[in-house]
Amino acid sequence: MTLNKFNLPDVGEGLTEAEIVSWKVKPGDAVAINDVICEIETAKSIVELPSPFAGTVNELLVPEGVTVDVGTAIISVSDEVSGDPTPADVRAPQAPVAADVPVAPDVPAQPLYGKLSRDAADEALADGAAAATSNAPLVGSGPKADAVKRRPRKTSPATAVTANAPEVEPVQPRTPAAVSANPAAVVDNRPTIGGTITGLVNRVLAKPPVRKIARDLGIDLADVVATGSRGEVTREDLVSYQAQRDAELDKADGFWGKVGKPQDQRVERIPVKGVRKATAKAMVESAFAAPHVSIFVDVDASRTMEFVKRLKASRDFEGIKVSPLLILAKAVIWAAARNPSVNAAWVDNEGSDTAEIHVKHYMNLGIAAATPRGLMVPNIKNAQDLSLKELALALNNLAVTARAGKTQPAEMQGGTLTITNIGALGIDTGTPIINPGEVAIVAFGTIKQKPWVLDGEVIPRWITTLGGSFDHRVVDGDLSARFMADVAAILEEPALLLD
Amino acid sequence: MGTHLPSTEFDGTAVDDQREADAEAVMGEPAAQMVQLLGPDGKLGADPVFSDYADKLTPEHLRGLYADMAAIRRFDVEATALQRQGQLALWVPLTGQEAAQIGSGRASQPQDYIFPTYREHGVALTRNVDLAELLRQFRGVSNGGWNPRDTNFHLYTLVLAAQTLHAVGYAMGIQRDQKFAAAANGAGKQPDAAVIAYFGDGASSEGDVHESMVFASSYKAPVVFFCQNNHWAISVPTNVQTRVPLSNRAKGYGFPGIRVDGNDVIAVHAVTEWALEHARQGKGPVLIEAFTYRVGAHTTADDPTKYRQSAEEDAWRAKDPLARLEKYLRAEGLADDTFFAKVKADGDELAAYVRRTAHDIENPDIRQAFAKVYKEAHPLVAEELAWFEEYSAGFAGEEESAGHAAKAGH
Repeated sequence: MTLNKFNLPDVGEGLTEAEIVSWKVKPGDAVAINDVICEIETAKSIVELPSPFAGTVNELLVPEGVTVDVGTAIISVSDEVSGDPTPADVRAPQAPVAADVPVAPDVPAQPLYGKLSRDAADEALADGAAAATSNAPLVGSGPKADAVKRRPRKTSPATAVTANAPEVEPVQPRTPAAVSANPAAVVDNRPTIGGTITGLVNRVLAKPPVRKIARDLGIDLADVVATGSRGEVTREDLVSYQAQRDAELDKADGFWGKVGKPQDQRVERIPVKGVRKATAKAMVESAFAAPHVSIFVDVDASRTMEFVKRLKASRDFEGIKVSPLLILAKAVIWAAARNPSVNAAWVDNEGSDTAEIHVKHYMNLGIAAATPRGLMVPNIKNAQDLSLKELALALNNLAVTARAGKTQPAEMQGGTLTITNIGALGIDTGTPIINPGEVAIVAFGTIKQKPWVLDGEVIPRWITTLGGSFDHRVVDGDLSARFMADVAAILEEPALLLD
Repeated sequence: MGTHLPSTEFDGTAVDDQREADAEAVMGEPAAQMVQLLGPDGKLGADPVFSDYADKLTPEHLRGLYADMAAIRRFDVEATALQRQGQLALWVPLTGQEAAQIGSGRASQPQDYIFPTYREHGVALTRNVDLAELLRQFRGVSNGGWNPRDTNFHLYTLVLAAQTLHAVGYAMGIQRDQKFAAAANGAGKQPDAAVIAYFGDGASSEGDVHESMVFASSYKAPVVFFCQNNHWAISVPTNVQTRVPLSNRAKGYGFPGIRVDGNDVIAVHAVTEWALEHARQGKGPVLIEAFTYRVGAHTTADDPTKYRQSAEEDAWRAKDPLARLEKYLRAEGLADDTFFAKVKADGDELAAYVRRTAHDIENPDIRQAFAKVYKEAHPLVAEELAWFEEYSAGFAGEEESAGHAAKAGH
């Protein structure tokens, strides 16, 4: 008895691996040449593998659902055939033809189709057995990849088997498609053979470029309504599906996904890169290097609101966007001059245990901005030199540039103190994290009417909350408190700026 | 996430003037006139021109055409299986196109010269190419596999449409040989010959086809352009390739274009015979568009379920070339069960022969590559061979080192 092993061939051009989707035979089964033994899925398609041997299946060497490299032995077939000593080169007899017809063997040798040189044929017949054992597949075209292993494909939990499991359940529950795939079809001579070359599983139709786009966008083609002339998913279908999906995301209805979807498939993985990565790095550095102390103060900003209203109406500020942020910016600059240590940096001396505090006698005022590219903190250089109007213009330019995503790296370097305008999002206050290289940050909460006690009476006033975080290495509690009180004082009475 | 999508080659195909697409909205119902003699129902129709040619086919001929088609289909199945078993690097199945290939191939004369693409296994059979030899190229052990001079069947051309230029050049050569013979008062005169250039609907978009048709027309070269429109250029359907029937393009070049039912072996034979006569008589080229269908995959590395529906394939299987000829032969009492059983047995025997031979194909000696660079000995090649021999001999005195290198080198 000879055991023939069949090594997984490269059924495409240059494929390096394939998954055994289902076995069509089990140990002990008799197989003839070209009987379908299994179905495999490659990166390109699902195909059926026909047996190169005739004999009895000895062992299935790879379980279903497992991906193996091209060249791996997947099945062993012994050449002992119980009962039917069909020579290796002749396929198991079929009988579509009426049985009473005296068939082939006695008919004269000349075939009915065009002539062929038959000289070598008889000789080769003797080598038949030998040929059958020369089982090394010609795994030709593609370069055999190095030991690089691609990520194994997802398999349905039911077929998850350990790779070394010695034997597989012979009768696996099959998918409906697999059941309908009649294994006899491939050795059938009826004019339907062409179809068996390909997978028999019915899948969504789409042209390869469309498939690629869907893959890039993470769209499952099965979810898309197909409008192509042959029922295929078109590029336009993808676009409209994507638009709809975006809309659904906005509504957040579709966020939780389909009911019953396992939770491990509900995790969206977003690679951390670009601005997100830079932000994360900067925040971790700052939060762990600088001991943060945060303080808050409620402010009656009614006079600021009136001041802003008057500025908007003034001819001098015509066409210029004026907001309470402008007053706050001016207040921060004014307060920093009175409490210079907040406009500073902590600098560790290289190679020694010593450090320096660099107090900056200029204000590069950073404004934290949410942009299409993520969080950016561009700053206004030498803000201390700007008039109120110039500062308003600078804030406008900064916002427009940032929103367009066109902020240049230089505009984000050299900041000395930062304002984060979380009030624009309707938030009262928070504990901001200091922009690395600085020692103070001011969070500007939303301004809204609240009951306020003035001269013993409760009256509605425009109230906001200022939050500040400070690097305690540089700014002690009393200094931070005085700085915040100064800022608050300006918001309460902007006229102090004239001081 | 943005909705910007890269554009594809399929942009703008949904325009109003998509005449050919409209015509084929139900694939396989061509609006252009199509020569058909034997319909899918197995009934023989009539045609004012081509019935005369069809009438020349004896029952023996018809049985032969059926046997050829059945044999090549069986061969196709076996070669596909051999690829799946790792014995061939690639296979290009022809199933569905048997009538177009056998019909046209059988219409050619031995003196005609054939330029195939890479799918003309059926034509190869009609030209007596040993089909087992055909596998050598697909196993990757040969750049060809047969001597084209023995059969006037050129080597397979893998570069799309390149062979159409070769074919027209060859046809112009035939013209000049004939003029030369005529000038010598018929001395050395050969029988009038023509050339067939096979290509597909996909290749029809290549510039080479345009150039070859311009030259063929200008010089009235004796060439028949045989386009098998099998409706799919890998995943690109015909209605993306062309907005008019491909046969209409001949008008633009100034020679006849005929669309023929490519699944009707009798009509294909008749039309090709007419076209070859036309060409041999010095009347210039003809374009034949054989309207057929690639029932299987483009190659064994392709998966058509990704871009077309099985309903379309089923619709074309209903027009199967073998089924309709079998119906006709049985209905007319021209063939019986014994005949069909014999055809099947022959097919299995052919398959077994091909399987045996494929297993026995030896890897070639790398010295063959040196020997075939130039017809005559060349000092540079000799120098390189000497270097190679020295290099091979440098491996630890192994007798077989050269042999090993040869195996690795193919």
